[in-house]
Amino acid sequence: MTHTLKRVGPPLLLLAPSLILVGVFVYGLIAVNFGTSTTDIHTAAQTTGQEPSNTVWFDNYLDLLGNDAFQHSLRNLLLYTAVFLCGTLVMGFLWAWLLERPIRGEGIFRSIYLFPMAVSFVASGVVWRWLLNSGQDESATGLNRLFQMTGLDFLQNNWWNNVDYGITAIAIPAIWQLSGYVMALFLAGFRGIPDELREAARMDGATTWQLYRHVLFPQLSPVALSALIIIGHMSLKSFDLIMSISKPANYQTKVPAVDMYVFKSSFDYANAAAIGSILLVLVAVVVVPYLVRTNRRER
Amino acid sequence: MATLSTTTSPTTARPATPSPRPKRPGGFTLARTLRYAALLFFLLIVLIPVYVLLVTSFKGPGDASPARAWSLPSTWTLDNWRTAADTLTPAIWRTLQMVIPSAIIAALLGSINGFVLSRWSFRGANIVFTLILFGMFIPYQAVIIPLNELVLDLDLPSGVPTLILLHVVFGIPITTLIFRNYYQTVPHELVEAARIDGAGMLRTYWSVILPISIPSFVVVLIWQFTSAWNDFLFAVFFSSSQNGPVTLALNNLANGALLQDYGVSMAGALFASLPTLLVYIVLGRYFVGGLMSGSVKS
Repeated sequence: MTHTLKRVGPPLLLLAPSLILVGVFVYGLIAVNFGTSTTDIHTAAQTTGQEPSNTVWFDNYLDLLGNDAFQHSLRNLLLYTAVFLCGTLVMGFLWAWLLERPIRGEGIFRSIYLFPMAVSFVASGVVWRWLLNSGQDESATGLNRLFQMTGLDFLQNNWWNNVDYGITAIAIPAIWQLSGYVMALFLAGFRGIPDELREAARMDGATTWQLYRHVLFPQLSPVALSALIIIGHMSLKSFDLIMSISKPANYQTKVPAVDMYVFKSSFDYANAAAIGSILLVLVAVVVVPYLVRTNRRER
Repeated sequence: MATLSTTTSPTTARPATPSPRPKRPGGFTLARTLRYAALLFFLLIVLIPVYVLLVTSFKGPGDASPARAWSLPSTWTLDNWRTAADTLTPAIWRTLQMVIPSAIIAALLGSINGFVLSRWSFRGANIVFTLILFGMFIPYQAVIIPLNELVLDLDLPSGVPTLILLHVVFGIPITTLIFRNYYQTVPHELVEAARIDGAGMLRTYWSVILPISIPSFVVVLIWQFTSAWNDFLFAVFFSSSQNGPVTLALNNLANGALLQDYGVSMAGALFASLPTLLVYIVLGRYFVGGLMSGSVKS
C-alpha cells in the first residue's frame, strides 16, 4: 500500500494542477452545463436568480429538435461538414500526391498551400465576404466578377444568400484554409512509407499507377482516418468563419454554434446550454471511439 | 485546432527534407510538365484571396465601382492602412499581453505532464492521458454558459486576465500531447540512469528532460501563440471591444460603421495577421512540426 503510494503519489502530485484545471473546466463544467440545459432559464431575470427557475428535464431538447429553425441549423451543419470534409480531403490528397515525389520548388508550393492555416478565420472572413458577394452582372464584385472576366458567366450565383445551399458557399473558405493541413498530413504519410515497399513493388514489375493503387494508397488509410476525425470535429464546432462572413442573425447560414451565441446573447441560458450539450454529443460520437482505439493500440 | 496522437519526434520539428530517391522510369517529361501545371494552377487559386487583400487595401475611394473590383488601384494610398493601424493597435498590444503568458504557462504545464505521462509513468497513466486529451476536442459551446458564471465567481477581470486563464486551461491537452509524444522518443535508459544515480522525479525532469526539450518548446509555443492569437470564440464571449483581442477588434472594424469600406477592413485583416504570418514565415518548419503532432502514429 505505502509502496503504491510512493510510486503513484509524486507523479500524481506533479500532474495535480493540470488534472484539477481540466477536471473542473472540462468535466465539471460539462456537467453543470447539462444541469442548466434541463432548466427553464430563458430570461435575464432568471439567470441572476431574481425570478425562480424550474427543472423541465428534456423539454428544451425536445423543443429544439422539433423546431424548424433549429432543424435548419442542423441540416446546414450536416451540409457544411459534408462539403468541408470532401473538399479538404480531395484537395489535400491531390496536393500531397503532386508533391510526393521530389520536385523543384517543392518547399515553395508546400508553404503557400499551407499558409492560410496561419491566418485567423476572422481575417480570412473579411476577404471571403468580398469574394462571395452575391451581386451579379452589372453590380458583381468578387468571384462573380471574376467569372464574368474569364468567360464563366454561368457560374455566377448568389453564394451564401441561398436559403437551401448557402452554407456550402461558406465551406469554400474553410476548404481554402485547411486543405494545406490535410496535405501536410498526407505528405507525412507518404514519407512514412518505407522505401523497401516501393522497391519491392518495382522489382515485381508494378507500373507507377499499380504502385500507387495497390501499395502506397492503402498505407495512407490511417492518415485519411485522422484527417477525417480532425476536420470533422472542427467542422462541427464551426463558428468564427460563419460569424465573420454572414451576420449571426442570418437565417441562410446559421448553424447550432451560431444559435448558441444568439441564445446566450438574449440570456436564454437553458437553450444555449442545450445546444452546447447537443454539439458535445455530436463531437463525442466522432472522437471518443477514435481516442479509445488509439489508447488501446498504444498499450 | 486539434490534432491527435502522434510523435513529434525531434526530427519532425526540423525541416522535412525530402529523402532523395533514385529516379524511376515513370518520370517522363510530359508527366512532370503536367504536374507543374497542376501545381501552378492550384498555387494561383490559393493566392487569389491574397491578391484581393493586398490590392484592395491600397485602393482609395476612386476605385469603389464594381467594374474596378479586380484591377490594380488607380492611385495607391496608405490611408486604409493608417486607419486600420490606428484602430487595431491597442487591441494588438492586448493580444500580445494575453498570448505570451498563456503560451508560456501552457507550455510549462504541458512539459511536466508529458514527462510524467511518458517517462515517470504509473498504472492508469494512459487513461489519465486520454481524459486530458478529450479536452482538446470538446466544442467549447458545451462549457461556455457555466464558464461565464465561474469566471464571475472567481472575480477575474473580463478581457486579458480571463482569456489568459482560458487559453492556459484549454491549451493543456494539446501541449501535453505534443510533449508526451516527444518524450516518448527519449530513450528509457537516460531516465533509468538518472534514477540509478539516485535522482528523484523532479531532479530527473530538471536535469535530464528539460535540457533536451527546446525543440518541443519551440513547437508548442508557436502552436499556442498562433491558436490564441487567432481565437475568436473565447474573445467574443469573454471580452468586449474595449478590452478584447485583435480578432474581436477586427470583426468589429469589418462589421461596424465601415461595413462597406472594404479597403480598411482588408488592410485591417492583413495588419492583424502580420504576427502569425511572420511566425509562419520565419519559423514555418516548427509550425509544421506543431501541425504534425496531429498526424498518425503508425
